[in-house]
Amino acid sequence: MKQLFSFKNLKYSACVVALFGVIQLLISLNIFDDYYQITIATICINIILAVSLNLIAGFTGQFSLGHAGFMSIGAYACALITLNINSNYSFFLGIFVGAILSALLGFVIGIPTLRLKGDYLAIATLGMAEIIKIIAQNLEFTGGAAGLSDIPQYTNWVWLFFFTAGTVVVIKNFINSSHGRACVSIREDEIASEVMGINTTKYKVLAFVIGAFFAGIAGALYSTYFYVINPGLFGFLKSVDILVIVVIGGMGSIRGSIIASILLAIVSTYLQDFPEIRMILYSLILVVVMLAREFIKTKKINLDILNIKKYIKTNGAR
Amino acid sequence: MFSVKRLSLILVVIMLAATMFTACSQSSNTNSNEINVGLNYELSGAGATYGQDTVDGIMMAIDEINAAGGVLGKKINPIKQDNKTDPAEATSITTKLATKENVVAILGPATSGATKASIPVAVKNKVPLITGSATADDITVDAKGVKEYGYRICFNDSFQGTVMANFALKNMNAKSAVVLMDSSSDYGKGLAKNFRETFTKAGGTIVEDEAFIKGDKDFSAVLTKIKDKNFDILLISGYYNEAGLIIKQAKDMGINKPILGGDGFDSPDLAKLAGNSALSNVFFSTHYSLLDKDATVVKFMDEFKKKYNKDSNAFNALGYDLGYFIADAIKRANSEDPTKIKEAIDATEGFKGVTGKFSIDENHNPVKTAVVIELKDGAQVSALKIEP
Repeated sequence: MKQLFSFKNLKYSACVVALFGVIQLLISLNIFDDYYQITIATICINIILAVSLNLIAGFTGQFSLGHAGFMSIGAYACALITLNINSNYSFFLGIFVGAILSALLGFVIGIPTLRLKGDYLAIATLGMAEIIKIIAQNLEFTGGAAGLSDIPQYTNWVWLFFFTAGTVVVIKNFINSSHGRACVSIREDEIASEVMGINTTKYKVLAFVIGAFFAGIAGALYSTYFYVINPGLFGFLKSVDILVIVVIGGMGSIRGSIIASILLAIVSTYLQDFPEIRMILYSLILVVVMLAREFIKTKKINLDILNIKKYIKTNGAR
Repeated sequence: MFSVKRLSLILVVIMLAATMFTACSQSSNTNSNEINVGLNYELSGAGATYGQDTVDGIMMAIDEINAAGGVLGKKINPIKQDNKTDPAEATSITTKLATKENVVAILGPATSGATKASIPVAVKNKVPLITGSATADDITVDAKGVKEYGYRICFNDSFQGTVMANFALKNMNAKSAVVLMDSSSDYGKGLAKNFRETFTKAGGTIVEDEAFIKGDKDFSAVLTKIKDKNFDILLISGYYNEAGLIIKQAKDMGINKPILGGDGFDSPDLAKLAGNSALSNVFFSTHYSLLDKDATVVKFMDEFKKKYNKDSNAFNALGYDLGYFIADAIKRANSEDPTKIKEAIDATEGFKGVTGKFSIDENHNPVKTAVVIELKDGAQVSALKIEP
């Protein structure tokens, strides 16, 4: 209890509340109108996806290309529940069921595939996501290739913030726990961590299940915000999009994933004004960002503005 | 855990974003001498060809209208946006057009998924949204009723099934049919369902009902099965990729029965896949025909070829009609108020476009003619207009 109410935690909670308050204020003043709220929704959903994939790929070092598959499970479950059960609780039931189903699937798929490493695992998870997509395409109750439409819009900014903050808190805490450190040790050296008595399979599956759980939540939020889902949305490219955010933000950096989600969504929105060359510019920005990252790394220039104080400390004030 | 510094930085980023947003929203000026019309189209992604083709048609129509003095004494200003064939992006674009760009109406998207995602936003903001090519049955009306601000000017999937069934019954005196359906697309399923219903209701029999899926290459098993059956016509309910191969393989096997299909056949690639010699005794329904001798249609085809240096297709024609359709509605509404324009669209009677003359019914669908085209040696030899 004492630890729970430590100064650090209180400080942190205060910041989250302040962030919520500021955005809420901007929304109520209509500075963030409907249009920007869609961008905020994209940002929040992308943060949940990127942070949860980061747990699998960045912290545990298991290269997964199937995140969109887990997302689609959550999206379909929540959409079907909200479409068929007409009650105020159907939204929460949908999110809960979506997340649980997604986590279960992560468990079932994780056990055999997590024996694979690197590229092999990537291809196995990619295959899994494709299977989910094809199944959704051919089942009657998922609406086939056209998917589901007219899903009630239950998700609003408050729930988005709640779930995004919740995801970040849970995953950050997990990583800082002994289980999380076990996951990181698997990334660093699987054999060494096994020698140290860590049940590597258990922790890999655990990370996979937690990642899938939150991807399910993200999918559920997506389906109840954007009215329409279809199998094509959750293809290979969606998984890559999420991976791009994780890589740009930095493998194993939650802070990076959050910032990358925000920046990429803003860039994408801003580029809407240049319809013809939009994707070219977007891709160009990705290339430049990656090159810049590499440059900063190799030249050892500490441009990490977030650590500017540390930078001044280590390098002395000039 | 995050430190205060880090979180405050995130705050700063958000604030910066907010300033950037407000800055760019101010830059989009609204000129009172122009009427803004939003174009929400698939300029990239899987549906890009449909989106780009429709936009070509719309731009041509708007250029012509503006050259002739515009509507209500003002020029139409098309605001073109790319929805990447992504429903979420289409939602965002529709919101932007409706709330930021002050458009009087939104044209597009071209694909059904993006259109379904856009219509709730159009309804919420009370801006009419008209699609030229989203043919899924539940675009404008579903179990919950008619979508108040959602319209289309193309016929839907099931209508084509009905048209082809009536064509088979009346024009070909067919009594029995074999149905081959693309079960991986709603287009294939919807068309086949309505064909079956209309055909059997009028006393016809379906001898064999078979399905294939998108991407299939070898149809010999199915074709062998139907080869010795007694039937009058073969309906292929699917897109040209598979239909082309089916036609080729069927003719190779000696199945010479008439083959029927929907607008999924309407692509130059059909002839490439089937070969010109196999494409005889093939009939399909579509939106308009290159053979049409109607003055407006001929003029459109000539002008289009001059402007873009390529033959026009159905998407170009539907886009062109969309441009004139919205100008006509604005003119009749005699107002730039989206709600008044919506009422004018509701009252559309006998609008004459390149893709036929049509009115808008209570389900926000057009009541329009379909064209049934006959192919002989890969070329269009006759076009029959079928009234609804």
